[in-house]
Amino acid sequence: MSIEVKWERDDYSRVPYRLYHDPEVYAEEMARIFRGPTWSYLCLEAEIPNPGDFRTVWIGDTSVVVSRATEAAGGAIHAFVNRCAHRGAQIVRKTHGNAPEHVCIYHRWCYRTDGELIGIPFRRGLKGEGGMPKDFDMAAASPQRLKVANVNGMLFGTFSDKTESIEDYLGEFGMGMVRRFFHKPIKILGYSRQLIRGNWKLYAENLRDTYHASLLHEFFVTYGVDRATQKGGVKMDARHRHNMNHAYTATDTQEEAKAAYAGTAGVKLDRMRLRDTKLLEHSAEFADRMNLAGPTFFPNCIIIQINHSMGTRQIRPKGVDGVEIFQTLFGFADDTPEMARHRLISANLVGPAGFVSMEDGEAIEIIQKSTLNDPDAANIIEMGGRGPITDLEHRVTETPVRGFWSYWAELMGVEAPGGVR
Amino acid sequence: MRVPDTIRHAASDLMAEYGLLIDEDRLEDWAELFEEACDYKVVIRENVEQGLPNILIWCDNKDMLRDRIASYRDVNEYNLHWDRHVIGPPRFCGEAAGVWTIEASYSLFQTDLEGASRLFSVGRYRIEFALAGESARIKTATVIADTGLIPTLLASPI
Repeated sequence: MSIEVKWERDDYSRVPYRLYHDPEVYAEEMARIFRGPTWSYLCLEAEIPNPGDFRTVWIGDTSVVVSRATEAAGGAIHAFVNRCAHRGAQIVRKTHGNAPEHVCIYHRWCYRTDGELIGIPFRRGLKGEGGMPKDFDMAAASPQRLKVANVNGMLFGTFSDKTESIEDYLGEFGMGMVRRFFHKPIKILGYSRQLIRGNWKLYAENLRDTYHASLLHEFFVTYGVDRATQKGGVKMDARHRHNMNHAYTATDTQEEAKAAYAGTAGVKLDRMRLRDTKLLEHSAEFADRMNLAGPTFFPNCIIIQINHSMGTRQIRPKGVDGVEIFQTLFGFADDTPEMARHRLISANLVGPAGFVSMEDGEAIEIIQKSTLNDPDAANIIEMGGRGPITDLEHRVTETPVRGFWSYWAELMGVEAPGGVR
Repeated sequence: MRVPDTIRHAASDLMAEYGLLIDEDRLEDWAELFEEACDYKVVIRENVEQGLPNILIWCDNKDMLRDRIASYRDVNEYNLHWDRHVIGPPRFCGEAAGVWTIEASYSLFQTDLEGASRLFSVGRYRIEFALAGESARIKTATVIADTGLIPTLLASPI
């Protein structure tokens, strides 16, 4: 199966609405992107610290078990498809836990913690009767294993043998950002989940659209957490599939911001004040002094820092018109009790109820709703310019959205003739 | 446990006000059910069961609660909706120095402006209150939502 896309422009500044609604496009994405030559974010090593620990995650629409093998099974970290070789039932039904082996409940087929099928009840039959054929090859029938890469405790997996190395995939910029966040041991603070009734790509685009941040998320501007007037910009990898919106703490003034946002409907800069400002207390804790950093990796992940809140988000497509955002919040293992508390207070900023994140759920749903009727119409992606895709020293841009589509088109085999990369 | 009728009535009135004030969009009045030195938290059961402290909303005093409400009124964008709380009878868990602890189940439905309703959240409250005159005032309210998969987003309080 393959799909066809008529691109109006070769720089992906027009994207037809059909691509957010077509079930065939979705099915192809699951195969060519999520089970294709990409590295997906799995989970954090700190979530499975002990032998036998596991977590189940979703890569595209595939349930995957991430497991630290028991010592007897080698102790390494593995990821395998959570589907029994026999009848296709989910092997692991819990979100997390610890187990010496995994047993499918239906007919008790048994899997080692590295995913290999090691036990079939009545395999040899009973009293010489029944049982599996003698030549049945258990190892060959084992669930598919993903190749796993571990970058400073951040775990990535790929289904394809053809995927480039994680170093080449993330590039210097991406590897550097993972090392920046995970430069010392972390502590998991917990999870949040959000189900948005919109196509997963609307969320992927949202993370690459720095233009919206200070406009939709008015809290940013109103209380001065992040404004387009701060020093910052947009970085991408060489292929423009990953990106990072970033800004530096205290690099603009209230006057500059006031002038810049003057006349923007809805922005209440200076008219509102928090009664309790501890939520916004921030002192630079990274050597680079960024207070906002959001490296986003194709296809399913962002690591996000907003002041002192830090987390990863895994994008989990749920059919053509749904996406779960699974967020894992973390702090550092050596956080003082005061900082540990402040990270939780800072968690008010992010997640499904986050002061600077809740709006995304609504923005995505109202796009999904209003574009269904007109599949051939297209959106406009020109903020920051047309043509070549380049890094920028400012954030009045949505150019990385075009980078996303360019790489999406390459993987889907539907690049525009002469399309920019 | 043995609970005086005055306390039972105060708890019952408190929870009736709690739900209806939110449903009537009288959030500023809802905040007045809390003492100044209060604590309001929304957490999800998935984290609680794992002993993880993450919060969805945490106001550790009444000013933070007021900030949440002000931000809801004037700053944040969200799905336009009406709330409807259905709160079960409270179970009394204990009393210490005049502070009573109760727990109650809730269902929270949301209805959009075209009248379509959906189940938005189910879970339980754990509330500590004390009497101020004849009525109860909340010291701490923790919402432990079974519904960890938040539909769309969470803007108005539970």
